[in-house]
Amino acid sequence: MPIIVDHLNCIYEQGTNMEVAALKDVNLVIPDGQFIGLIGHTGSGKSTLVQHLNGLIEATSGTVYFNGEDIYDKDYDRKKLRSKVGLVFQYPEHQLFETDVFKDVCFGPKNLGLDRKETELRAYKALKMVGLPDEYFYQSPFDLSGGQKRRVAIAGVLAMEPDVLILDEPTAGLDPKGRDEILELIKGLQETGMTIILVSHSMEDVANYVDRIIVMNKGSVMLDGVPKDVFAHYKELEAVGLAAPAVTYIMQQLKQNGFAVSTDATTIEEAKEEILRVLHRAD
Amino acid sequence: MYNKTRVKNDSTGKGRDNGLYVERLSMGKEKNNIVKTDDLVFEYIRRDEDGNVEGITTAVDHVDISIKQGDFVAILGHNGSGKSTLAKHLNAILYPTEGTVWVDGKDTKDEDSLIEIRKEAGMVFQNPDNQIIGQIVEEDVGFGPENLGVPTEEIWARVEESLKAVGMYEFRKKSPNRLSGGQKQRVSIAGVLAMHPKCIILDEPTAMLDPNGRKEVIRAVRALNDVEGITVILITHYMEEVIHADHVYVMDKGSVKMQGTPKEIFSQVEKLKQLRLSVPQVTLLSYELKKAGVPLPDGILETDELIRELKKVQ
Amino acid sequence: MIREITLGQYYQADSVIHRLDPRVKLVGTILYIVSLFLFKKAAPYVLAVIFLAAVISLSKVPFSYMVRGLKAIMILLFITAAFNIFLTSGEPLAKVWIFTITKEGVINAVFIAIRLVLLIIGSSLMTLTTTPNQLTDAMEKLMHPLTKIKVPVHEISMMMSIALRFIPILLEETDKIMKAQMARGADFESGNLIKKIKAMIPLLVPLFVSAFRRANDLAMAMEARCYQGGDNRTKMKPLQYHKRDSISYVILLVYLAGIIALGKTISIGML
Repeated sequence: MPIIVDHLNCIYEQGTNMEVAALKDVNLVIPDGQFIGLIGHTGSGKSTLVQHLNGLIEATSGTVYFNGEDIYDKDYDRKKLRSKVGLVFQYPEHQLFETDVFKDVCFGPKNLGLDRKETELRAYKALKMVGLPDEYFYQSPFDLSGGQKRRVAIAGVLAMEPDVLILDEPTAGLDPKGRDEILELIKGLQETGMTIILVSHSMEDVANYVDRIIVMNKGSVMLDGVPKDVFAHYKELEAVGLAAPAVTYIMQQLKQNGFAVSTDATTIEEAKEEILRVLHRAD
Repeated sequence: MYNKTRVKNDSTGKGRDNGLYVERLSMGKEKNNIVKTDDLVFEYIRRDEDGNVEGITTAVDHVDISIKQGDFVAILGHNGSGKSTLAKHLNAILYPTEGTVWVDGKDTKDEDSLIEIRKEAGMVFQNPDNQIIGQIVEEDVGFGPENLGVPTEEIWARVEESLKAVGMYEFRKKSPNRLSGGQKQRVSIAGVLAMHPKCIILDEPTAMLDPNGRKEVIRAVRALNDVEGITVILITHYMEEVIHADHVYVMDKGSVKMQGTPKEIFSQVEKLKQLRLSVPQVTLLSYELKKAGVPLPDGILETDELIRELKKVQ
Repeated sequence: MIREITLGQYYQADSVIHRLDPRVKLVGTILYIVSLFLFKKAAPYVLAVIFLAAVISLSKVPFSYMVRGLKAIMILLFITAAFNIFLTSGEPLAKVWIFTITKEGVINAVFIAIRLVLLIIGSSLMTLTTTPNQLTDAMEKLMHPLTKIKVPVHEISMMMSIALRFIPILLEETDKIMKAQMARGADFESGNLIKKIKAMIPLLVPLFVSAFRRANDLAMAMEARCYQGGDNRTKMKPLQYHKRDSISYVILLVYLAGIIALGKTISIGML
C-alpha cells in the first residue's frame, strides 16, 4: 500500500511574526518497494516532511494516507504507524541509551507490547539484518565505532518490522568505506521489499542507489523523477544551493569540449560506458 | 611540487599579483619545519567498568612527519585510524608516550612553552557547536586574544581582521546559534586566526557539514594558506578536499601508510580502497577507463586534465 | 514549546538600552524588582508600568517577545492568583461551591499577577538586551570584592556564561532525542507517575552522554585557545561607564524616589 501525501502544509509559529512555512502544498505518492532519495539543503523542509510521514509532526493542513487510512484521524493508532513507517534519525547518539546493544534494539518491539520471546527474536533478527557481528551484541553501544552505532540505530528501528524505512543522513561523518557499507546495507533492505526513503546531501550516494529523487526547496517539491532526469536540471539545482553528482559535470564538460557523449550518466559506471562507446566509435 | 591553483578570494579583498607569489615560493626554499614528530607513539590504557586494566591501545604508532612552514598538508585516514589523536599532539593537548613533537622548534613536553605552542599551532575541531565559547560571534573570536593578554584595542583589530579573512565580518554581531554549520566553522577558524598562529590544524572540520558548508570552509582554509601564508594541516576523510594540498599523509592503524603529493597518492586507487578510503570522482572515472583499456596516466585529479588526456587518445 | 522560552535569549538591536553598561542594567533590574514589592497600592504600579513601557520602547525589542516569555509562567500565574482569590480571608464577594471569594483576595490576586508579569517582563528585558557575556562580566565586576574572601568569581561567571550558551543547544537536542525515541514507539505522555519517570530514561541517558561529550570537547577547545583561568586575562569589552550610564543611574534613583513618594502619598480609592 502506498503512502499518499495530500496537499500537506506545515507552518511553524503560526500567528506570530516568526511564522515560517516549513512545508507548502506538498503532494506525493510513494509506491511500495521504491528506493527514494530525498534531497534539499539544510532548512529545505525535507526533515519536516519525513517527520510528517510517521506522524511525529502534526500537519497544519492537508493529510497523509498510509495504507489508505488518514493518519491524522482522531482514532488512528499513531504508535502503530511509527512501527510501520520506521524513521532513523541522523545521529545514533540521540537514541542509544541501554547498557548493551541487544537491550537497546529490544526497546522498539517492547514498546509495541510484544512478549519477551517475540521481542528478543525480533531484536536478534534486526541485528543480523544490519550485519553486526555477534561479539558486539552484549557490548555497550557507546563503545562502538561510528559505523557500528549507525547499524545499531538502524536495527533499533528494523526490530519493529516496518514496511517503510526512512533514514535521515545515515552516512554523515562516515569514512568512504563505512559510507559504502551502510548504503549497501540499505540497498539490501530494499531488495527484501521494504520501501526506502533516504534523506541525503550527497548526490553521489543518491545517484548510485535510488530509483527516484525528490528535490525539496523552501518547503515545496521542486523536482521529482528518475536520477538522470532530475540531474539534467543541474543548473536549477545549483541556483538553490545544490549540485548534481560530479559525474554529471564531467560529462557536461566533455560534451562542451567536442566529445559526442550523452550527458545522461549519473554514476561512474554509466559514465565509463558512455565514454568508451564514444571512443570506440571514433576508432 | 607547488602546482597550486590560485583561489579567488573575495572575502579578504586582498589581491595578490604573481610577483609576490613567486617571491613567497622562492623564500620557501629555506623554509623550516614548523611541525615535526620524531618516532611519536601514543598509547592509552583501556579499563573495564571496575577500573581494571583490560589492555593497551596504541593509537599512534611510531609516526615521523615533518611539515614545512607555509605548506598545505592533508592527513587522510578512515575513522579510528589515529589521525585525530595525532592532531591533538600537534598543539599539546595530548603528549607522546614515546618520541617527541616539535612545534616551531619547541618540544611539546616542555611545560614552559605550552601557551606559546598552542598560540602558534591553533586548532579547529569537528563539532562546530562544541568549540564556540562566546554568545556573539565577535566575542568568541576575541576569546583567544583575551586569554593571551592582548590589549583591548589590539583585540578589536585582530577580531576584525580575522573575521574578514574568513568572510564572516558582516555576521560579527550575530549569535552563533543562528549561523549555519559552515559559518560556525569559519567563526572557529577566525577564533584561531586571532591568536596569530603560524599554523592551523583542522581536525575533520567538515565532517558534520553539508556540501555547501564543506565548500565554504575549505575555500576559507585555502585562502588562508594562499594569501596569508599560514601553514595548514587538514585532517579529513573527504578526498576532494585534499587535491590541492602540497603533501598528503595517509594513516591507518596509527601509522603513516602512504605519503606524497596528491597525484602520487591518488594514483594508488586499490591501496586507498584497502585503507577504507576512496579517490575523487574524476580520478575514479579515469582509473575505471584505464582499466577498460583507455591509455590514461594514473592520478588524474581534475576534469580538465581528463579532457586533455582523452583528446590525446581520440 | 521549547522555542517559546525567551528568558536568557539575546535579541540583537541597536538601541540605547543595548548600549548601556550591563552593570547599570543588572543593578537597574534588581532595583526595579525591589520597587515592585515596596507597596501594594495602585499609583506606584502605574508608575512602574509607565517606566517599563518607556524602557521597552527605547529597547527596540518587539513587545511580542516579552509576551512569549510570559506564556511559560502562565500556569504559575494562575495557580498563585487562584490561591489568593480563594484563600484570603476578608470581605466576601461571592461564593463558589465551598470557597468564598473575598475582596481582599481579588485585590491580592491582581497585585500578585501584576507583580509577576512586570517582574518577568522586566528581567527578560534585561536578558534580551544584554548578551550573557556582558551579564556575566557585570556580575564578575560587581562581585569582584568577594575574591578577597576567596570566592572564585571569575570561574563562577565563566560557568554561567557557558551554561547560558549551551541551554538553547541542549533544548534543541532534547527535542531531537524525544523524537528519535518516539519513532521507536516511546511514550512520554501516558501512564502513571512511575511509568512516566521510567519513560524519561531513554531521553535522559542520551542527553547526559551528549552533555558530557560537549563539556569534554569544550574544555579541550578552550585549552587549545590558551585559556588558563582569570589571571593575566585581558578583556575585549572591558566595562567602562559612559555619560549615558551615569544618567541612567540618576533616572533609576528618580524612579525609585517617585515610587516611594507615590506609595507614601497618593491613594486611589482604598488603594
